[in-house]
Amino acid sequence: MNLRFLTLAAGAALALAGCSTANNSVASTGSPRPATNDAVPYASTYKPYSGTATALVGATVFDGEGREIDNGTVLFADGKLVAIGGPELAIPAGYTRIDGTGKFVTPGVIDIHSHLGDYASPAVAANSDGNEATSPTTPEVWAEHSVWPQDPGFSRALVNGGVTSLQILPGSANLMGGRSVTLKNVPSRTVQGMKFPGAPYGLKMACGENPKRVYGSRNQMPSTRMGNFAVDRENWLKAQEYAKGDHSTRDLGLETLEGVLEGKILVHNHCYRADEMALVLDMAKEFGYKVTAFHHAVESYKIADLLRENDVCSAVWADWYGFKMESYDAIPENAALIANAGACVIIHSDDENGIQRLNQASAKAQAAGARMGINIPDAQVISWFTYNPAKAMGIADQTGSLKQGKMADIVLWNGDPLSVYSRPEKVWIDGALMYDAMDPKRRPVSDFELGQPGEGDVK
Amino acid sequence: MSFRKLLVTALIASAAPLLSTLPANAQDMVITNAKLVIGDGSDPIENGTVIVRNGTVVAAGTGIAAPAGIPAMDAQGRWVTPGIVASLTDLGILDVSGVSDSNDSSAGGAAFSAALDVAPAVNAKSENIAVSRAGGVTRATVTPFASRSIFAGQGALIDLGADPDALMKPRASQYVELGEDGARLAGGSRTAAYAQLHYALAQASQPDGPTGAIEGGDVQVSQFDIAALAPVVSGEQTLYVHVERAADIRSALLLKREFPKLRLVLVGASEGWMVARDIAAAGVPVITMALNDLPARFEQLAATQSNVGRMVDAGVKVAIGQFSDMNQPRWAPEEAGNLVALNKMPGASGLSWNEAFAAISSVPADIAGMGGKMGVLKPGAVGDVVVWDGDPLEVGTVPVKVFIDGVDQPLESHQSKLRDRYRSLERSDLPPAYNW
Repeated sequence: MNLRFLTLAAGAALALAGCSTANNSVASTGSPRPATNDAVPYASTYKPYSGTATALVGATVFDGEGREIDNGTVLFADGKLVAIGGPELAIPAGYTRIDGTGKFVTPGVIDIHSHLGDYASPAVAANSDGNEATSPTTPEVWAEHSVWPQDPGFSRALVNGGVTSLQILPGSANLMGGRSVTLKNVPSRTVQGMKFPGAPYGLKMACGENPKRVYGSRNQMPSTRMGNFAVDRENWLKAQEYAKGDHSTRDLGLETLEGVLEGKILVHNHCYRADEMALVLDMAKEFGYKVTAFHHAVESYKIADLLRENDVCSAVWADWYGFKMESYDAIPENAALIANAGACVIIHSDDENGIQRLNQASAKAQAAGARMGINIPDAQVISWFTYNPAKAMGIADQTGSLKQGKMADIVLWNGDPLSVYSRPEKVWIDGALMYDAMDPKRRPVSDFELGQPGEGDVK
Repeated sequence: MSFRKLLVTALIASAAPLLSTLPANAQDMVITNAKLVIGDGSDPIENGTVIVRNGTVVAAGTGIAAPAGIPAMDAQGRWVTPGIVASLTDLGILDVSGVSDSNDSSAGGAAFSAALDVAPAVNAKSENIAVSRAGGVTRATVTPFASRSIFAGQGALIDLGADPDALMKPRASQYVELGEDGARLAGGSRTAAYAQLHYALAQASQPDGPTGAIEGGDVQVSQFDIAALAPVVSGEQTLYVHVERAADIRSALLLKREFPKLRLVLVGASEGWMVARDIAAAGVPVITMALNDLPARFEQLAATQSNVGRMVDAGVKVAIGQFSDMNQPRWAPEEAGNLVALNKMPGASGLSWNEAFAAISSVPADIAGMGGKMGVLKPGAVGDVVVWDGDPLEVGTVPVKVFIDGVDQPLESHQSKLRDRYRSLERSDLPPAYNW
């Protein structure tokens, strides 16, 4: 299932020629800074598609921020949410009514941890673009430069998963893997056409087994967990020096790290074990940066108090377990225990199949909690795959919940989204209907699939 | 709060007094007042009863008198089913897949391939078995991964009981790769894979045993390996053939013309729906991952979640399986449930609830050559009975009781003990390490 994990394990055995072992400094290009600080390279060219003013009525509405409305009304027009309320909410003239009786409405699903486009289908070597595994620190690489917009995985995430926004991260071979990119899940000829306007960048970091295995197997630093930390710390020192400098010579990697120190770039840290997360939090204090979220944090339940105190989210699977040493203590109650301690829970996929069922994974995690007496309301569980990831990706002011003025990123489910028996029926992104189960043509078919077996099929 | 949630909560609240009369290790038992699933595709039976004696089902249905003098359980209307049968797993042959020292699922440096036999390697105390048992899985086929040739080796049938003896049937199967994996393992092409398969099976068919071996290229298959294929040719062992694309499926089906006794089972078959009538006409069953819907490889371009439903509609016997690596056996019920969800989707082909449950119970049992003996609650079948805390195909539903051969099974694991240890993070008199 998890081809990316397998690929990485296999890749670790390959000896890559030409990689630097002498030091771990980040790459330097020596090119001058852009003329103005306002210039945004590779800027988003995304423009919402057009939609019609719509009133969703009669459905159970979860707003993504903990509110549940029975027989709710959701109004949206011109790409924005206009109003959310009960049956009493007046529907302005000109709105198309959609009867949602017996159905459910949530904000668009958001996956904080995806490699779509970077590890695209088909998963052939030519499409394997997620790990720049030639140096343990590559903060200079940007995931968006690897994204293949024609990855058929984007369409599956949309139609089966209701995913409207997602963060594409570099892989975890490197301690500092590079910049992430946040996308709207709208088919485009270019990655710029998918980039979420105004979303902050993230820095993918990784602790634990992967970096030390990949580089240790080449007899290169790091080969141990203490090596992991030493290399990280050396690079943060360089970043602090760079930040004090005059920037007369640009350094792409240090620009990224400086952005983290300034709080403009959010740290997304792959980290499984509780003890390592605690060490990373101290490293962040040592150098004055913040960890926004630990990803794959299967042991967060052991330090949920610490995570709450440090205001760090845990992005987790529901019940992946035991596939590598650092996942051996994963338990299905992890998410519920984190939530019960008052810390932030995000359900993530890290998988082109799992991204199609983040709602189901959340329901599983909820049920595991209920069995140990932790009862988390449905409306809060919905936030695990909507509002909470939006917050941790720095886009919660624009999407992630059904609030007036936000982007009309909406899923109409044909039943309770926390049930195995429910699927998205309609998905709107910025108010544009991008998927309709009732209309065979209202689903994207990527260039890759065009004219090939299975083109346009239900998937 | 949703209806689904209320139901679960109510069931949990009433769970405590359930089984106080059932002594451990009884191989006799009766469960009454069950929403009883036979597992053969028939409708659930309200107010059903199942009786197990000496570890074997003696009666299941409605209107059956509960015998006196054996441990009895009132299921209070809960769902009661046969144990899940997980097809093509790595249960018991690895502890942690990423820790090679603990992983016996493949042998990339070995001199042998087809002769490899998982039976002596199966560890009944594997944590993966305990975790799967707690998920309602009671029987499994275990098969190795191919790494030295197109032949992966011989698989076994196991039970997941908490006793030292897991093996039900050793050397039950052989597994061969004939798609993209087969091409790679054979030396670079499907053509090589077919040449090697034909050569090996022809050699194995010789009445006095093989006289040759595959050698000289990058891939070797020894005479000892070829000898291990004799029970494949004679039909004593099931032959699992992994193929995905429609053309490969058609080619694989032709093997039965040349070797008519082959007990062929197609594995994968992502594009099976495109040739479903051919598969049905050949009478060859399929074991597949239910939810593959991506062109993960060129051989899976037409993958769709409707694959299972379309094949079943065409008359193919299909089990949901391939529970190895990252696809855990305890996810079988929710994968089946996802196929039920397709019934509401225009243009999609799903399974009815009854078909979906059969696809993880009686159908995989049939394919493993154990039809009527497991995966069903019928007289003569093993006494594997699971009592669930809700609809077994719904996400989040888990067993409250698992019986294997009529024996009440422990559901504790490394995971459940970690949960209990870290239930509270309050500092106490001693560190958490003393809480066990």
